[in-house]
Amino acid sequence: MATLRLNGKDVSLPEDPRTTLLDFLHQHLSLFGTKKGCDHGQCGACTVIVGGERVNACLVFAFQLEDCEVTTIEGIANDDALHPLQQAFIERDAFQCGYCTSGQLCSGVSLLNELKSGDPSAVTYSNRASLKEDISERMSGNLCRCGAYPNIVDAITDVIALERQ
Amino acid sequence: MTTHNQPVIGKAVNRVDGPLKVTGRARYAAEHMSERNPLIGWPVSSDTAVGEITNIDTTEAERADGVSAVITYKNAGPLKPFSKPADESRFTQSRAVLHEPHIRHFGAPVALVIANTLEQARYAASLVTFTVKGNAPDLLTSFDDAQQKPASLDGGFEPDVTSGEKPHDDDIRSEIESVYTTPSQISAAMEPHATVADFKDGKLEVYCSVQIIASAVEALAITLEMAPEDIVVQSPYVGGGFGSKLGLHYDAILACIGARHVKQPVKVALSRRQVFYNTPHRGHSIQHISLSSNANRELTNITHKSAMPKAKGYEFAEATGAGARVTYKSQYIESTHRVKDVDLPLIDSTRSPGDAIGSLAFESAIDELAHKANIDPLTFRIKNLPVVHPMKGSPFTTHNLGECLRQGAEKFGWQHKPSPSEGKVIGHGVASAMRMNVLVESSADVEINAEGQVIVRSDMTDIGTGTYTILAQIAAEMLSTPVENVIVKLGDSRFPASCGSGGSFGAASTGSAVKKACEALTQKIMATLPGEYKNARLRMEQGEFIVTNAPDNSTASSAKSALLLDVVDKSAFPLSATGSVSQDDTSDQEQYSCGAHFAEVEVDTLTGEVRLLRQYGMFSAGQILNLKTASSQIKGGMVWGAGYALTEGIHHHTDSASFVNPDFGEYHIAVNRDIAEVNLDFLEEPDYAASPVGAKGIGELGITGAGAAIANAIYDACKVRVRDFPITMDKVMLGISDPQQ
Amino acid sequence: MQPFDLHHYDHSTPLNSLPLTDTTRFLAGGTNLIDLMKLQVETPNTLISLAKWKEANAITQDEAHYHIGAMVSNSALAKFSHDEPSLSLLAQALLSGATVQLRNRATTAGNLLQRTRCYYFYDTTKACNKREPGSGCSALNSMNRIHAIFGTSEHCIATHPSDMAVAMIALDAKVNVKNANNDTRQIALREFYREPGDTPQIETVLANDELITHISIPKSRHGTQYYHKVRDRSSYAFALVSVAAGLTLKEGRVDTLSLAFGGVGTKPWYPQSAIRVLEGAELSQEVIAQAAEAELSHAKVYGSNNFKTTLLRNTLVRVLTSIAAHQEKHPEHEGALYDHA
Repeated sequence: MATLRLNGKDVSLPEDPRTTLLDFLHQHLSLFGTKKGCDHGQCGACTVIVGGERVNACLVFAFQLEDCEVTTIEGIANDDALHPLQQAFIERDAFQCGYCTSGQLCSGVSLLNELKSGDPSAVTYSNRASLKEDISERMSGNLCRCGAYPNIVDAITDVIALERQ
Repeated sequence: MTTHNQPVIGKAVNRVDGPLKVTGRARYAAEHMSERNPLIGWPVSSDTAVGEITNIDTTEAERADGVSAVITYKNAGPLKPFSKPADESRFTQSRAVLHEPHIRHFGAPVALVIANTLEQARYAASLVTFTVKGNAPDLLTSFDDAQQKPASLDGGFEPDVTSGEKPHDDDIRSEIESVYTTPSQISAAMEPHATVADFKDGKLEVYCSVQIIASAVEALAITLEMAPEDIVVQSPYVGGGFGSKLGLHYDAILACIGARHVKQPVKVALSRRQVFYNTPHRGHSIQHISLSSNANRELTNITHKSAMPKAKGYEFAEATGAGARVTYKSQYIESTHRVKDVDLPLIDSTRSPGDAIGSLAFESAIDELAHKANIDPLTFRIKNLPVVHPMKGSPFTTHNLGECLRQGAEKFGWQHKPSPSEGKVIGHGVASAMRMNVLVESSADVEINAEGQVIVRSDMTDIGTGTYTILAQIAAEMLSTPVENVIVKLGDSRFPASCGSGGSFGAASTGSAVKKACEALTQKIMATLPGEYKNARLRMEQGEFIVTNAPDNSTASSAKSALLLDVVDKSAFPLSATGSVSQDDTSDQEQYSCGAHFAEVEVDTLTGEVRLLRQYGMFSAGQILNLKTASSQIKGGMVWGAGYALTEGIHHHTDSASFVNPDFGEYHIAVNRDIAEVNLDFLEEPDYAASPVGAKGIGELGITGAGAAIANAIYDACKVRVRDFPITMDKVMLGISDPQQ
Repeated sequence: MQPFDLHHYDHSTPLNSLPLTDTTRFLAGGTNLIDLMKLQVETPNTLISLAKWKEANAITQDEAHYHIGAMVSNSALAKFSHDEPSLSLLAQALLSGATVQLRNRATTAGNLLQRTRCYYFYDTTKACNKREPGSGCSALNSMNRIHAIFGTSEHCIATHPSDMAVAMIALDAKVNVKNANNDTRQIALREFYREPGDTPQIETVLANDELITHISIPKSRHGTQYYHKVRDRSSYAFALVSVAAGLTLKEGRVDTLSLAFGGVGTKPWYPQSAIRVLEGAELSQEVIAQAAEAELSHAKVYGSNNFKTTLLRNTLVRVLTSIAAHQEKHPEHEGALYDHA
């Protein structure tokens, strides 16, 4: 039976190959933490982590992820403890309606790893680089209509500072 | 009895729903009833703007895999016609679809396919064939095309007003006459409209994403020709509203029609493209503005004329001239509004109706006049501030716009521009913001249960505004109990009816209702206390409510304390009381929240690209209920302002009266990198004339004026005045290379 | 989404065992194809998933070339080229495109083959010769801000949206393909794309049974490299105009020049006329303006995209003067104009 590994547990792939990872999470597993904002890879609300890399769950068929490791917002923290970034989001009020928040967090958690790995961004080649600008650029794949961007950047900056201590 | 209140109102308390939201456990409309396995409804949309369905064939769709039903106007069941009865407000009228062969606009639903899975429903929808005999659509093509005076304007403003005497030649030293345009725009809340409905034994249970619950119930009752008592609507979490969810829209009607038809739960979650057509947008505007000032740079003429489209059969028009009427004093002020009925999807409120787009034009025009009159735009504004309402002469409850401008400019560093790098120029811009404030009828009840928990209930909604938190803070302070001990339950039509979220009135109105409920509750408790507890106060200590019969700091000998549970019979619990606010709780003086926006931009002189460096604002909106959430609201509005100034616009395909860019790929809301530094301060002065909690609206204050400050900064940087929003780089570039344009 | 038959391809699968007709699509990352399938702009009957084709996920090099596997993700390629000074242009282009999430799934071959983002191509209620040959072109007399000024025809003016392809054109990349008979061939990317002409539905020279295996980029000095993308917001938006340029100077004259334009062509644009003016020339504002004019003499504008001529000219001036100035100060420089790694 073909499976993918979701938040540490094996789950069988859906029968209909047209089922995207996002619809699989919602319809088959009732895991609603990952949100559908546009269904076309234009907003990032459905960002999850696959094989350690962040992707839009709406633009990948579940079957493409056979034998892959998938982490959703439900798997970001352990049990009821919050990931430092989730805590930072609360402190910095980095969300309002909350609908884009799962995607922002999965992106943010990945971003922290990307920085540690030295992955470049467009800001690496900009004539005005700064950490804040870099974080903004790396988070530009996650729209927020409530406009929490400045607070999102602050929350991520807080955790970077925390990790550097 | 008094309560000894620890100040909690105003504090930067973390959102109480924060843990749910950051762990993905807050449940939004489409996520409910999953255990009941709702069927999926997918609308089939008209590809013609206006006309009659002459033929519709659903046979292939009905035969497709997993399909339960296909509903059209032929079998949708009893429905009251759209927008009937005419004398109901637009939020309580019928919002019926699939009730007639008439197509009202491009993208209107012509059928609903119901199937087991999304893929099955979406594919089967492509198998429905239909023909619409179309007519040429009516659209607003020019200023003069709008001839109709709207019956009323959003906010209760009169369409046409004038005051004072037209200036003579001696009164005119400088003048400008400009035409500004703003494009069609859309709320684009991150959560697409969605509804899950279950029809069981004649009772309708609905989870949807809506800003105002009570009117949603009425709208459904009228539309489906049911009794309101048989309908329960819940919307505990709303993924953004911004006006687009004030009323109920096609997703809700379709889901209910579907559930009624198949007698199973049905979910209709609109796709992003469907949101553009099945829910409201803001119409474009053409604003003719003429201004003049005298030798002393005092305004002698403010004339603002607005033309906008109005969706046929849907009564909504916005007051783009509101700012022109109230922000500055002038010898003569004239403001008129004209509309044209068009064949477009619904045109309704989008964040800060009137002012969001009126301010873009008006505050730009004010700047134009300041430059013409050779005076600093900040000084010009301060010079022309009114003390009373410029047209009516009536007093404001509070009016701190002058201080916002003055102090704001200092904090922003109005005089200090950084040196630009090569090939760039830097500019500063300012804009005033005035946003009307109202108190709207609202109720809440507050309960203390036998476990000593406080529970607040209201059908009020939290659309990201922080309602859960501020209501908890208000109750916590009023009842001297920790915020953590207050449970706030919202968004359920079985709870006391509130004003809902909208028009920036939710927090002050419902917050005041909670305050009054707490007052009523403490009075009620007092009435049940034994005689020795006259003048008692109620507070929580070590997790228990206690009553003490003396004011604090009294000597031990006269103080007498007891657990509330010991002096009130257990059978009396839960103790609860309802609080309501009405127009009696608010002054009939002029009420506005106000602020000053500042922006710093950098413009590339070769490409015209604009980069935001800083946004700053100073705002006065009465008592701030929570510094953290209020700041976020304002910042969010300022981010919208940036989008309105620089990136947003729906483009029209006029032949088909459809939209060219109905998705997030080409409708550009601001991304994270577009936004740089955003800072703000509040000038706090509780305005108890406005509401019992002293607060005024802020949800729409942040966007009002934010875009104009950016437009004015662009002009300051490169002397290019763009009057057609959004200010995209090609317009700036062409302005730089051809200043005569 | 139309139902489809699903097949899987990996290194050991013979291509001729798969149904390779004109209604078959290879599924690489899926970030473009799945988007289009949801709207039924693409309606393949057969999908061949390349998810198991691990061999195509490698970047190798020999003395003369870098070889980039078809399935290498855009982010992996960006990271690799970021570390190679002579491939800086490629890294800059990749990193300016889409978002991290999309780049993590998008593949090299998929990026080259992505379809246009023309509003009317995406809208199945609108006439589109690319989507439905013969139905007409809705962009010609309607909103066409994002459309092309080079390589257009009266049948189609849709822009090719890729940034990576623009850089690869500048770097003279070659596309390696194999077919169902296991024949292989190499096609210069500069000859890979077809202008719409009267068959806008045919976008490349690939046959139905051809599968891209890898891209080869010749090793060469490219000097100071700058990919400048001008668009309607600072990120997550397609180019209105982009210029990919790499320059070395010798005795004050252009020695090597890599140049390509994005956002302006029905295919990633190789500006031969501009290059002819610039090669061996002493770079000055006037020469650059001449080069722009030479190329723009081929341009056609359509109403809402008229600004692209001025924007392209100005962007070209900005890019070339910046990298020339840098080369003058640092004659042996090889890498990005700005690099804050």
